[in-house]
Amino acid sequence: MLLELNDICFTRDNKKILDHINLNIDIEKFVAITGPNGSGKSTLVKIIMGIEKPDSGKIVFDGKDITNMSINERAKLGMSFAFQQPVKFKGITVFDLLKISAQKDINKAEACEVLSKVGLCAKEYVDREVNDSLSGGELKRIEIATVVLRGAKLTIFDEPEAGIDLWSFNNLIDIFEKLSQEIKGSTIIISHQERILKIADEIVLMRAGKIEKVGNSTEILEKEILNKECCKLNINCK
Amino acid sequence: MAIKENQDTQNNNEFSEEQIDKKLLSEISDYDGIRNGAYNIRKNGQGVERKITENINIVTKEDKPGIDIYVKENTKFEFVHIPVIITESGLNDVVYNDFHIGKNANVIIVAGCGIHNDHHADSQHDGIHRFFLEEGAKVKYIEKHYGEGNGDGKRILNPVTEVYLKSGSTLEMESSQIKGVDSTIRETKGVLEDNTNFIVTEKIMTHGVQKAETIFDVQLNGENASTHVTSRSVATDESYQHFKSKIYGNTKCFAHSECDAIIKDNAKVKATPEITANNVEANLIHEAAIGKIAGEQLVKLMTLGLSEKEAEEQIINGFLR
Repeated sequence: MLLELNDICFTRDNKKILDHINLNIDIEKFVAITGPNGSGKSTLVKIIMGIEKPDSGKIVFDGKDITNMSINERAKLGMSFAFQQPVKFKGITVFDLLKISAQKDINKAEACEVLSKVGLCAKEYVDREVNDSLSGGELKRIEIATVVLRGAKLTIFDEPEAGIDLWSFNNLIDIFEKLSQEIKGSTIIISHQERILKIADEIVLMRAGKIEKVGNSTEILEKEILNKECCKLNINCK
Repeated sequence: MAIKENQDTQNNNEFSEEQIDKKLLSEISDYDGIRNGAYNIRKNGQGVERKITENINIVTKEDKPGIDIYVKENTKFEFVHIPVIITESGLNDVVYNDFHIGKNANVIIVAGCGIHNDHHADSQHDGIHRFFLEEGAKVKYIEKHYGEGNGDGKRILNPVTEVYLKSGSTLEMESSQIKGVDSTIRETKGVLEDNTNFIVTEKIMTHGVQKAETIFDVQLNGENASTHVTSRSVATDESYQHFKSKIYGNTKCFAHSECDAIIKDNAKVKATPEITANNVEANLIHEAAIGKIAGEQLVKLMTLGLSEKEAEEQIINGFLR
């Protein structure tokens, strides 16, 4: 087992954000987490990466108890995290960020290769600063490039489709479909998108801080989401 | 020490002093032992080495310490290096350097001052640089300030830069003071005629109990004159910085000034921008932001495997690049 979450609880402002979460992620799996807004998905992945600390519970990664480890210790053990809102920097270029991600001296050709994979014209972007001059879609792609380059045992994407326009979004899904074949190790991705859920080995459905169900695409996407959620909205359904 | 012309450096001083000189020169002027173009090296208040070229002449002033640098019109892509190094504790060096740039010339000027002070007395250098650009001239001016040494004597630098731009000329100034200067008051003044452009990028880092004050005064007098003043600074420990900027739009013109500071520990940063439009066609913008390093930036770099300290260094190095 690559990742084990044992009885994770997280409460803020008297609200149970995560309520006794137990979840196992196996090696080489593409796992999608989905569920309504406010169900605790983002908090859960932040707790896995160490960005938030759980009030109780235990996290085991690759056989090691990492519950009290810092973010960078977890990164060094083989975790990688793509933010929902990519962080901007003043003065740090795309190339700088990719070099830090790769944890070794990479040349521009290698940086360009990974940028091309995420659908960016590498020449135009490699020397640009990761700042406000880039659009939301461009920042998202650069964010994805930084995590892909790490070749981590576990790569986490916190709702990559959030906050980008429809055109960029469709392109991004294409990229994910390709990357899901290429990324070594396991992937956890928070998503509401049918195309992403369809390529997942496993889907975790969360609701109100709890895991409601875990299953494959047919079990969750078709039976739980498409049928039930769709029918709630459509009065013509029987 | 007499001025040597057109000769390579030959120093009779002890090896260690030579090493100090080289270190200071490399910090302020990318010294690599070989110099292209014209140069004038000043050490401890005296000119020690000079080279002129067919297009660039350097003449010692007779009425006060300093030099006049004459660049012939249409000179293209030549360098002028005028580094100053101070290794004598207790020296107060004031120098007046005037740059006369001919019509349509295009040159790069590298100036700077490095102070090494291992003793108790204060060492000070005040460089007053004036630039007179004729029509269509272009200058890139790079100025670096650096201090080092273990003594408790202060290292003080008070540079004054005055820029006079005639029609169609451009001056781009990059100044940086990253390390070791205890006290500085930097004054930069610009007087711009029509279709001119004055770009200033300033980078300052202060630590310990250092104080840095920067004062900009730009007069946009000619139509379509424009200026961009950017200050990026990092203040750490107990240091203090004050950014003052006064820009006057006296005709149809454009100005953008930006003060961006990262603050750490118990440091203090003050920004007092002032923009004055004396004409309805003047378009003047000022932006100022002071704050600590954003937590999300640290977290992002930590997810890439950097410790908090390494992440902070990366963010500051990028910011001051």
